[in-house]
Amino acid sequence: MTGGALFVAVFLACAVEAVEATTIVLAAGTARDWRSALSGTGAGIALLAALVAAVGPALSHVPLRGLRLVVGGLLLVFGLQWLRKAVLRASGVKALHDEDEIYREELAAAEAAPARRIGAVPDWYAFTLSFKGVVLEGLEVAFIALTFGANQHNTPLAAVAAGAAIGVVALAGVVVRRPLARVPENTMKFVVGVMLSAFGTFWGGEGAGAHWPGTDAALLLLVPLYALAALAMAAALRSMTARSSPAALAGLGDGAGGGS
Amino acid sequence: MQALRRFGRFWYDFVVGDDWRVALGVIAALALTYGISRSSAPVWWLLPLSVLALLALSVRRAVRAR
Repeated sequence: MTGGALFVAVFLACAVEAVEATTIVLAAGTARDWRSALSGTGAGIALLAALVAAVGPALSHVPLRGLRLVVGGLLLVFGLQWLRKAVLRASGVKALHDEDEIYREELAAAEAAPARRIGAVPDWYAFTLSFKGVVLEGLEVAFIALTFGANQHNTPLAAVAAGAAIGVVALAGVVVRRPLARVPENTMKFVVGVMLSAFGTFWGGEGAGAHWPGTDAALLLLVPLYALAALAMAAALRSMTARSSPAALAGLGDGAGGGS
Repeated sequence: MQALRRFGRFWYDFVVGDDWRVALGVIAALALTYGISRSSAPVWWLLPLSVLALLALSVRRAVRAR
C-alpha cells in the first residue's frame, strides 16, 4: 500500500469523527461554559494520546502475521458497520447524519442540565460532555491510526494524517463557531467504510494464510469491488423503497441500524 | 458490579456493534480461510465473497427490522 492511501484512509476516518466531536464540544461550550468544555476536550485528547503512546510501541513487538489477523478482523467488523450504515443512508432507509439536528439536541440537553462546580472545573456537565464526546469519537480513530501505521510500519505518517484531520476540523469549528453541517460527512463515511473493509480483508486474509494475487495490487481491486457492491445495494434498496407505499416509506425513515 | 457491566457493555458495543452476526461471520470467514490455507488450495477469494455476503445480509436484516 502506498503512503498516500494510508494517509487518505486515516485522514478521512479522523476527519469524520472529529466533525462529530466538534458538534458536541460546540454544544457544551455554547450552552454551558467554554472553559469547562475546552478543558474536557483537552483531557480527552490527552487520554487518547496517552493510550496511543502506550499501545503503539507494544504493537511493534507483536508478530506481523498475528497482528494482521487480529487487526484485519477488527477492521472488517468496523468497516462492515460503517458500510452498512452508509448503504442504509444512501438508499434513504436510514436518515442522513445531520450535524445541525444533533447540535440542536445536544444544545437542548445541555441547557436543561443543572450546573455543578467540581474542583477547578466551573461546570462539570460541560467538562464531562466534551470529554466523553472526544474520547468516544476518538477511540475508534486512535485504533485505526495505530493499526494502519503498525501494519505498514509507518506510524509517524498515520499520526500526521490523524493530527492534520483533527487540526483542520478544529480550525474550521473555531472559524465558523457552528456545527460543520456542510462537510460531506455521509459520503466520507461511505469511503471510510469501503477502505476499512478493503484493508481489513487484505490484512485479515494475509494473517489467516491467504496469498493475494498481485500482493499489494489486490487492494486496487478490493476497494472498487466493495465500493461498487455497496453502491449497487444502495441503488437497489432505493428503487425498492421508491416502489413502496408512502406509509411504508415514512416508517422506514428512522432508526434502522444504530448510532453514528 | 454495575460499573463492570457498563464497562463490558461499552467494549461490546465498541468492538461488535449493533449486529453481532457480522462479527461472528468475520471470525468464521477468517477461520475458514486459515483452515483452507493449510492445504495448498488458493483461498484468497473466500474473504471478499464473505464480506459481500455479510454486508448484504446485514443490510437486509436492518431493512426487515423496520
